[in-house]
Amino acid sequence: MSEANSPVIRAHALDLTFQTADGPVHALKDVNLEIAKGEFVSFIGPSGCGKTTFLRCVAGLEQPTGGTISVNGMTPDEARQARAYGYVFQAAGLYPWRTIGRNISLPLEIMGYSKADQKDRVSRVLDLVELSGFERKYPWQLSGGMQQRASIARALAFDADILLMDEPFGALDEIVRDHLNEQLLALWARTEKTIGFVTHSIPEAVYLSTKIVVMSPRPGRITDVIDSPLPKERPLDIRDSPEFIEIAHRVRDGLRAGHADD
Amino acid sequence: MAHVRTAGPVLVVVAAIFAIWYVAVIPMNIKDAITQAERAGATVSPEGAQARRDMSAIGLAVRNTAVIPATYALDRPRLPAPHQIAAELWDTTIDKKITSKRSLVFHGWVTLSATLLGFAIGTAAGILLAVGIVHSRAMDMSVMPWAIASQTIPILAIAPMVIVVLNSIGVQGLIPKAIISAYLSFFPVVVGMVKGLRTPDAMQMDLLRTYNANRNQTFWRLRLPASLPFLFASLKIAVAAALVGTIVAELPAGGGRGLGGRMLTGSYYGQMIQIWSALVMAALLAAGLVFLISLIERISLRRLGLAS
Repeated sequence: MSEANSPVIRAHALDLTFQTADGPVHALKDVNLEIAKGEFVSFIGPSGCGKTTFLRCVAGLEQPTGGTISVNGMTPDEARQARAYGYVFQAAGLYPWRTIGRNISLPLEIMGYSKADQKDRVSRVLDLVELSGFERKYPWQLSGGMQQRASIARALAFDADILLMDEPFGALDEIVRDHLNEQLLALWARTEKTIGFVTHSIPEAVYLSTKIVVMSPRPGRITDVIDSPLPKERPLDIRDSPEFIEIAHRVRDGLRAGHADD
Repeated sequence: MAHVRTAGPVLVVVAAIFAIWYVAVIPMNIKDAITQAERAGATVSPEGAQARRDMSAIGLAVRNTAVIPATYALDRPRLPAPHQIAAELWDTTIDKKITSKRSLVFHGWVTLSATLLGFAIGTAAGILLAVGIVHSRAMDMSVMPWAIASQTIPILAIAPMVIVVLNSIGVQGLIPKAIISAYLSFFPVVVGMVKGLRTPDAMQMDLLRTYNANRNQTFWRLRLPASLPFLFASLKIAVAAALVGTIVAELPAGGGRGLGGRMLTGSYYGQMIQIWSALVMAALLAAGLVFLISLIERISLRRLGLAS
């Protein structure tokens, strides 16, 4: 029986070494992290710091070469088979031959939900990402930001407690990104999911997260974990507040410290 | 509007082809035309086939302008004029009963039926092989080299062997031709389908892994729909190849049946008009088949939302 504040994701001394033609690459080295239920955790760091690799380990898409990691008290592979999480990739990856509604019901079909249940869930998550009325449209008829929202709806459709997002807004412009960040926070507040969010952007990480994990490359490791003192309610102009700027500074310092090791 | 703008250039190209053809008929047929005119008692220059033997065709045409109209009306021309082929086509399709052995509709159907059967077998085999190749590394390594090797052997060498071997075990008629036709048509389907089934990228495959989807679900929901545009491109090549395969198979099959049979008997008796009209018929069949597949392609891709 898991208590309310026992960690949903727990990594201990996690190591992952890729064997490449140029020799071994230490993607992750001695990563220790605990994520509690309902947290919004951002992973930030330069390319090659292992933030995406860590997320993929949580999802059971990569096998660690050392250490332990558990998701909902299971191994990542068991959690994947139990469909414990929804995963949002950098590209929306909607099927061009399916309408938005049928794209969102894709995981539901695979998981064997009934037709009626599929219909209910599709309209509910479309509402959640503010895409009601676009159910019968094809992906090419939507803007990039709308496509990414549809892909978030697809990840939400089967009600997994955990949402893993790998630079979901990385390919979008600043204004669309701000809007989607705001929407994501509202969605997080309504659904109370545990979110793991990979990003390159310091303001995005600070604005969204309750916990910011700063990582650095060669070998990929955690250099700082910052618990955000910002309130849960966050209007966009919170980014001009002294607290926000202070955390952003600390993140930047952490990133710089990681680089100083080179 | 687009149709109106492209109609001009298309007509110019067609007119140019016909013009070149009509001009070429004169030198190709002038010697035969002069010989016939001489036999009929007309004065030609120079007289006697012996004297004309080493002369250039153009030179003969210039010296015997009166004979030029006859080059378009020979019974057995070396190069028939387009209107002679058109007349032969009219005669052998519209005027002849379709049960007649001289009807091109009859021969066209003989060829078409074997082509369709061969195309169906080839397409089915091609898709099955592609599915196997994509799902099994062992099949990828073992089948693909043979598929490629199969296409390096000239079909003209294979066809008689298949016909003879099958004939010796009592299989005749449609089936041997369909097999040779399938032999040519499966290859483009394999290549296109393997490429198509492999288009989903790592991210797409990862997405389905996060849903814990099995191979079956991945195939029907992702790989197959993603491969359809490639499949249709392959089918157009395959159907034309199937027709060629059938015609080649009809040469050694004997009996003078089918368009290939018409071409063979035409060449036995020096009936170039018969060969050309069979060729035109084959070209029309191929164009019709490719058009039909394009139509199915457009309809199904639109249904799938892959084309607007």
